Amino acid sequence: MADLFEGYPVGVAWDEVLDADGRPREHSAPLVDALRELSPEDLDVRAAALASAFRDQGITFSLSGEERPFPLDVVPRVVDADEWDLVERGVSQRVRALEAFLADMAGEQAVLGDRVVPRRVVVSSSAHAPAAHGIVPPNGVRVHVSGIDLIRDEQGRFCVLEDNLRTPSGVSYVIENRRAMTRVFPELLATHRVRPVADYPAMLLAALRAAAPEGVLDPTVVVLTPGVFNSAYFEHSLLARLMGVELVEGRDLVCRDGEVWMRTTGGEQRVDVVYRRIDDDFLDPLHFRPDSLVGCPGLLNAARGGRVTLANAVGNGVADDKLVYTYVPELVRYYLGEEPLLPNVDTYRCEDPDQLPEVLDRLDQLVLKPVDGSGGKGLVIGPQASDEELATLRAQLEADPRGWIAQRVIQLSTSPTKTPDGIAPRHVDLRPFAVNDGDRVWVLPGGLTRVALPEGSLVVNSSQGGGSKDTWVLARDEVVAEGETTHDDLLPAAPEGRLLDMGNAVLADQQQQQQQGRVTC
Amino acid sequence: MLSRVAESLYWLGRYVERAEDTARLLDVHVHTLLEDPWVDEHRACCDLLGVMGVPVPEGPVDARRTVQLLGFAPGSTSSIVGAIGGARENARGIREAISSELWESLNVTYHSLRVQEADAARRGPFGFFRYVRERSAVIAGTIDGTMPRDDGWRFLVLGRSIERIDMTARLLWARAGSRAAGAGWTALLKSCSAHEAYLRTYRAAVEPERVVEFLVLDRLFPRSIYASMLVAEQCLAELDPTAGRTGVDNAARRLVGRARTDLEFRLADELLADLPALLDRTQTTCSTVGDAVSRRFFHREATLAWASGSST
Repeated sequence: MADLFEGYPVGVAWDEVLDADGRPREHSAPLVDALRELSPEDLDVRAAALASAFRDQGITFSLSGEERPFPLDVVPRVVDADEWDLVERGVSQRVRALEAFLADMAGEQAVLGDRVVPRRVVVSSSAHAPAAHGIVPPNGVRVHVSGIDLIRDEQGRFCVLEDNLRTPSGVSYVIENRRAMTRVFPELLATHRVRPVADYPAMLLAALRAAAPEGVLDPTVVVLTPGVFNSAYFEHSLLARLMGVELVEGRDLVCRDGEVWMRTTGGEQRVDVVYRRIDDDFLDPLHFRPDSLVGCPGLLNAARGGRVTLANAVGNGVADDKLVYTYVPELVRYYLGEEPLLPNVDTYRCEDPDQLPEVLDRLDQLVLKPVDGSGGKGLVIGPQASDEELATLRAQLEADPRGWIAQRVIQLSTSPTKTPDGIAPRHVDLRPFAVNDGDRVWVLPGGLTRVALPEGSLVVNSSQGGGSKDTWVLARDEVVAEGETTHDDLLPAAPEGRLLDMGNAVLADQQQQQQQGRVTC
Repeated sequence: MLSRVAESLYWLGRYVERAEDTARLLDVHVHTLLEDPWVDEHRACCDLLGVMGVPVPEGPVDARRTVQLLGFAPGSTSSIVGAIGGARENARGIREAISSELWESLNVTYHSLRVQEADAARRGPFGFFRYVRERSAVIAGTIDGTMPRDDGWRFLVLGRSIERIDMTARLLWARAGSRAAGAGWTALLKSCSAHEAYLRTYRAAVEPERVVEFLVLDRLFPRSIYASMLVAEQCLAELDPTAGRTGVDNAARRLVGRARTDLEFRLADELLADLPALLDRTQTTCSTVGDAVSRRFFHREATLAWASGSST
């Protein structure tokens, strides 16, 4: 049988599955063995089944107004239990440091006084929101949900590429990818012991309830969406459905006397926690953009008065600004007194007059990113840019150095991916999701692996030809993490089963049934 | 209506419901076995077979073997294939009493089972489970849209409700009795298509007390034991409208009514602790009601009854 891995090139970048000699890495052996049993046709059948499962369920993102399925690759990405342990601790550490930074910024701003982060860096951030000052979240949490983007460099080390503390999306694909893979490729999943991801909505709901204003015993949680035309609408509705809470739009809410209500057929109902998936700018036309039609006027005052909790909090953008990103390792040391477990990617601060000349000098060798861009928007990869693009970039940089950071081009790790020409390496990243309930930061075991489908491409964003992979975090033997399974022994041991009532049917054996079938029909 | 026709309709209703519920149960069971890395597969599968009253075979039992036994075993009405065969056989004998659409949809389902089974061997069983669920929805919709609400329809719905009570009790039993992590409370809800309805009702995390309350007592969810009992009771009341001024003469109706009131006026807090006994009683009710319906309406042992002088 033709081996699916025949002719698979190694050594371009760190490969997640095969080592430099083309042998499977230890934790990948079962995956490689299972895939080797399959023919290319088998793989085609599964890939087609995955695609139709997504289409039937309407799992899509919209790009420029068009609904598209988010391509799910049929080959999963497997993460070893020990490696995940590092990711989990590293992400949790980072989120705790960023929470501390946001709390500090909303209060005495000691970090600026101690000159760990220059004041100009913070006040010049486009996300710097004076309106957020004075809002004290009930359980101290501002980053209820975060997505920390990781990549693996050429040596296989996980590094942080960026932090997303505002309204990170993608977790719905993590949940749906697993569901689809379980159904379409059960025998492959059966060869691994994979930690489940289905607990995410329950953990999120618990964290949102824990964030309710003081004195509310049974809080009403809602998910606030900009509406069906938003690119992540599918995710908003999935999370609302899986948490069993109302999905509301701005026009469903009304603020009165500093409280937030939703309009229901049974009258107005008090809302205590808003998991908002609307950007700060559009959230409340009284404070931010007055032309916003998707927000709800008065929301921010209600939050300031402590009558409603916004999750995530307003003003988080100041902590995931790409220039502030360069200071996060310092923040970890400053607030937690710990060494960062996950390093940053080496980054030049263009606003630093000492670093700018070097960046301008090596423009054709670096990756340039706008500090407030997301989704790969505005990103320029030096080696792949034309002279004309570089000239434009140079002009932009000289005009607004605060608006840019520069990083060396990292060959992201590759993972075997189904392509029209068989299985081939494609570059991947990883977005783990963390939920903070005030007591601890829980990291969903899995996360979203995005894959750049065009050969050689380093851009994994869905808007730029990216797909995703189901991410399988392997379980350790006999270790059950909290909230994942219910080993409850509330009840007595297994009962004796009763026979089913066999009824009146006299079933002939198979052969006779077939005969009858031919005669009568 | 002929007793024989009534009996066939009753069992038609029961077998279709059984096939659907077994498909739901297996779907969630296999999914959970795959998704839960800590599960003891053999233990979970044996528990499931035990709850379904199927003898546990020698040696290790895995998901594949369980699906074989509960899904495809041809000679027994406790498997999906067998139950559909039983439903079709009943329908075949009473084609004049049911709509031709109903007969056709049962017959088509029956004949496609072999293809479905071969497909399941190639692509895993989930397509098969989904097929059975969808076909039983087609059959239920055909019944709803084409059958007059006469006694025939009542026998069919009565059979469906009794089977649903029994199967929901077994599903609860499977979770309540199993210490293996395989059958989580969420999985239990999903197997009754109750997960989303539950979340919308309670707006909180899945907790055993509430799950049991929902599946046993909820008045609005059509698969709860209480709701199914209410339907069965209504069917029985309408089938036998000769009630006098006192009491209820019809044994089957009396049994269902008593079981239903026992549930209705129960404190939700006591449910979980009392669950094993409650499920045991519920299953006893199902089987005694089945016997009583049979004695009252189907007259299988008419001559014997006449000779022994007990006339009901």
